[in-house]
Amino acid sequence: MTNLLDVERLSKRFGSVLANQEISLSVKPGEIVALLGENGAGKSTLVKAVIGLVKPDSGTIRVKGKELPYGDTAGAIARGIGMVHQHFQLVPVMSVTENLILGDEPTKFGLIQMQKARRETAELSKRYGLAIDPDAIIEDLPVGMAQRVEILKALRRDVSLLILDEPTAVLTPQETDELLEVLRNLASKGVGILFITHKLREVMAIADRVVVLRNGKLVGVTSPKESSESQLAQMMVGREVVLHVEKGPGNPTGAALEVRELEVLDDRRLEAVRGISLQVNAGEILGIAGVEGNGQRELVEAICGMRNRRKGKVLVAGKEVPNLKPHEVHAAGVAHIPEDRERHGLVATYSISDNLVLNRFDQEPYAKGWIRDLDAVARNGDELVRRYDIRTPNASAPASSLSGGNKQKTVVARELSQNLPVVVASQPTRGVDVGSEILSLSDRVAVLYGGKIVATFDSKLANRDEIGRLMAGSEGSRS
Amino acid sequence: MKFRLSYFVIISSILLFAYFYSQNSIVTSSVVFTAIPFALPLALAAMVGVMCERTGIVNIGIEGTMLVSAFTAFFLGAILKNITAGLFIGIMTGVLVGLLLSVMTITWKMDQIIAGVIINIMAAGITSFLYRQNFRIPSTFAPIDLPILGDIPVVGPIISDHGPITYLGIIFIFGLWVALYKTPWGLRSRSVGEHPSSADTAGVSVVRLRYLNVTIAGAVGGLAGSYLALEAVGIFERGFTAGKGFTALAIMIFGRWNPLGAFAAALFFGLSQAVTNQLMIDEVVQIPQQFVTMLPYILTILILAISAGKVRPPAAEGIPYEKEKV
Repeated sequence: MTNLLDVERLSKRFGSVLANQEISLSVKPGEIVALLGENGAGKSTLVKAVIGLVKPDSGTIRVKGKELPYGDTAGAIARGIGMVHQHFQLVPVMSVTENLILGDEPTKFGLIQMQKARRETAELSKRYGLAIDPDAIIEDLPVGMAQRVEILKALRRDVSLLILDEPTAVLTPQETDELLEVLRNLASKGVGILFITHKLREVMAIADRVVVLRNGKLVGVTSPKESSESQLAQMMVGREVVLHVEKGPGNPTGAALEVRELEVLDDRRLEAVRGISLQVNAGEILGIAGVEGNGQRELVEAICGMRNRRKGKVLVAGKEVPNLKPHEVHAAGVAHIPEDRERHGLVATYSISDNLVLNRFDQEPYAKGWIRDLDAVARNGDELVRRYDIRTPNASAPASSLSGGNKQKTVVARELSQNLPVVVASQPTRGVDVGSEILSLSDRVAVLYGGKIVATFDSKLANRDEIGRLMAGSEGSRS
Repeated sequence: MKFRLSYFVIISSILLFAYFYSQNSIVTSSVVFTAIPFALPLALAAMVGVMCERTGIVNIGIEGTMLVSAFTAFFLGAILKNITAGLFIGIMTGVLVGLLLSVMTITWKMDQIIAGVIINIMAAGITSFLYRQNFRIPSTFAPIDLPILGDIPVVGPIISDHGPITYLGIIFIFGLWVALYKTPWGLRSRSVGEHPSSADTAGVSVVRLRYLNVTIAGAVGGLAGSYLALEAVGIFERGFTAGKGFTALAIMIFGRWNPLGAFAAALFFGLSQAVTNQLMIDEVVQIPQQFVTMLPYILTILILAISAGKVRPPAAEGIPYEKEKV
């Protein structure tokens, strides 16, 4: 049986960074191959090269034995490769059906047969058990739904090889399980699946074979039967890894952060946070679990002064912090690791050193009066780059040259190096975790649904399934 | 039903027309008749904008495209003593300008506003420098008496007896609407203007489609310029297009980047100008000529102020597409 995909000795360099170094990999029909690696390991670059979105520098890509030219997206699609991208490749203002047919529209006399396309969409979603309204507009859909559209888009083109780039990053545990079931089902029908992830649980649950990348190099090919989670993690990171973060119980000593009866509107001016009160004690980690769009973003932004608090108060160490003044909230002792590091965490065109003092560039020792002390900024940059293992040739490179994971490290370095009493972190493990989930990190977990806290657990007593059910809005037994 | 300004404008225009028609049918017909030649170059120029911006390219060089096409259409039409050849040359000139804009904005990824300014300045410079007096074209395109349609009461005299470029242009506008909303080309074009990486990952070549559309749009700009020189006026002067290419951008926005919307907006402009002219001829109002010439610009400001914040342009317009940054 010929392989669906053969990649041989593929290399790609971005500037001074070798994103892929002589990587070889293959996928057989009906096989689920997990491409495992930390963020910045070169997984996305590799699959983008396969689908023609990135032109490799050298190496060959063969689909069903036939060589594929570099950068030939249409050719890759024509030969049955489908990809579900990490950043959804959907036109927000168009309908589900329009997005599905884009690039391969059913026509009659040169006109699109919209009715037929709509029918086919409904049939397709029924056949694969992925329920969706063919006429829904993408920008109105929740993330999990939009992902279904992405998968349907690939399935519609009779894919023989489906590539998924971090598909579970935005899903609830239940949605993730559903997705894994869909993938198993597809594989049993002979579809080859190349699944990019850094989540070991998913790899163990679903993969036939595991290909591990690290720093752009292939470090090994194995299978869940042959290796344990901790062995895989070690391959990924290159050293011994603590899977369940070893963290003693918290040692709470009085309230560090208090939120009282907070109400916040979202961008559409709808109520997103509906009267949330919570308290985080010094020495304690409170995890907030929730599906995207249930108020967590608005909650975080309101705490950090980036969004208007319509009602309620935020107190740090017993003192109220001002509304809509992020700089003063930070000065009051709140470090913020934002969800969208590109937009709210970094200035892409500034150097890494400058980004590392973005919240204190005007304070001693980084400025003396009106004048910035660039030597102090550079020294701080070099030190933090070393201490937080930010992978870059030097700290004066622009932040845009960093990979996703290293951008995140830069933000974390800036926010944590000051030792502020409160740290608000939004999706901090997106892209950098090794099997660390909210349960193993937190002392307590609050579940957010519909803008309200529906339950709070002691993390030692909580279980994953119940939290998942609560996140999805079903009534669970509350403790 | 949601209140929409465009419906309001259309319905009140029809009511006003009915009222004036009952008062004086001949003058009313002739005013509406003259609104069409005022509206057509604006409408065609707005189509240039629609085609470019829907695929994500901002084109503020419409004015220059029209000017240089009117120039070549007129002078080569005069030299060859053949206005059909002039029309062909005017359209081809538009194609070349479209290609120039494509190279600057798509291949070289220049700032699209600056690329448009370059075209406008070049067009003004070249046409002024090469301008010569005492050239005449043999004739303008003759009006066509529409069979059947021309015999419809009330409407017939208004829509009949326009020149061939007028009818060609109107057919094009309706065709563009169908193409944009009902064909694969249109779906792909709109997706390229909204979210180009989606189109790219679906195997649609963003670069090729942008080139194609900007170049065809150039041809339409050439048609608009040729219309002015060979059908509407029959002469060429320096600065002949008088800002129509810029007014067209306002019309495009007012029409929400929709060909029929923009056509309706252009008709509204044309009508307001025709009405003002008539009022002056009848000496109903005593306005200095200068204020009348200001009318399109004042309307432009008003319309843009009304539309501000209510319309949503194609999301990817003005942004060069970088393939590797998916």
